[in-house]
Amino acid sequence: MNYVRDVGALTRKDLLLELRARDTLPAMLLFVAAVFVVFHFALPGEPSKLETTGLLWVAILFTALLGLGRAFVPEREQRTLDGLVLAPCDRSAIWLAKSLATLAFLAAAEVVALPLYALFFHHVGGATVAAVLLADLGICAVGTFLGAMAVATRARDLILPLLFLPLAIPIVVGAVGASVVHSPGRYLGFLALYDLLFAVVCWASFEFVVSE
Amino acid sequence: MLTARRLGKRYGEKRALRRVDLELPRGGFLVVTGANGSGKTTLLRICVGLAQPTEGTIERAAERGRIGYLGHEPLVYRELTALENLELYGRLYRVAERRERIGMLLERFGLWEARHERVASYSRGMTQRLALSRVLLHEPELLVLDEPFNALDEAGAELLDAQLAELRGESTFVLATHDPARVVALASGRLALAS
Repeated sequence: MNYVRDVGALTRKDLLLELRARDTLPAMLLFVAAVFVVFHFALPGEPSKLETTGLLWVAILFTALLGLGRAFVPEREQRTLDGLVLAPCDRSAIWLAKSLATLAFLAAAEVVALPLYALFFHHVGGATVAAVLLADLGICAVGTFLGAMAVATRARDLILPLLFLPLAIPIVVGAVGASVVHSPGRYLGFLALYDLLFAVVCWASFEFVVSE
Repeated sequence: MLTARRLGKRYGEKRALRRVDLELPRGGFLVVTGANGSGKTTLLRICVGLAQPTEGTIERAAERGRIGYLGHEPLVYRELTALENLELYGRLYRVAERRERIGMLLERFGLWEARHERVASYSRGMTQRLALSRVLLHEPELLVLDEPFNALDEAGAELLDAQLAELRGESTFVLATHDPARVVALASGRLALAS
């Protein structure tokens, strides 16, 4: 029960910080909208559903990267990670809370992104929405974990995409597959398995990321 | 409370701390002095578990949640208010009767009137007072303070003097300072680090 309370308090803190500073969400919203506008004018003629689905996932992935890159900025700039690490709570609560906050920002960006995609390109089906939900979990779980690793390095802005993008390839494969085939169950199952596997790995090993 | 044997720390080729031995009993008050770069902050970070020694051993009797640490940074969020910061730490440290304790500390350190203001609007002295409130919030057994008088005006420094005197004997202290005369009356031991 204490664990849930700790995660709740830390998530509330991250949401409150964003509400006050407005550093992350406006940037994600503007970026994803700009990407679709650019794609709309850059693609010649009538692009196929397969092509535009790929673009949708490129846009979601890079929008997520924007949010993930900023996830640990308050802790880095104000050195508050020391304070959190010294608290007697399970350190994985820090990772889970950050993941949930980033998930909220990404979901908010997608509330804008999916209608824009439908407006400019193709109808968004139920399978695509399910793939977005499942992919978001994996993106935020893995990305937050890597964000915590990257924030401790000098080349953090470079390290995060270098580590994150290769690990996100299975997400893209599963999500694009689920969005374009007639029976997406297999791909959605693959995404759920990825989420479960990486969430457990990140949860269990976050302790080692934040301790020297 | 704290026992260190031949403690050392290297960052690559650079040696940050060299062969420190210390024995600090429960209720003791150790004053750490030394020039800039002598390893005071490194030693204090090792004492609380934020850094690991590369040589020697350290044993501490206090659990993680019973340690209070004040470093060079106040470890508070600038975009949150004083109340929100202390609420957050109070929850994480499982402070009993949290609201009353927070109210008492904010009153004591003269921040009650400014409790709903964001820390970003605070002066350095006010931020340091808030940092001290954060450190004392969970009534730690082991208090590790790195230059706690920094940025405090005379009134703030006197408040801290009184707080240290009140807790002397109840808690165990490791305090790094460039002004040992200020705490000489409280100290039970002194460790001078060479550059």
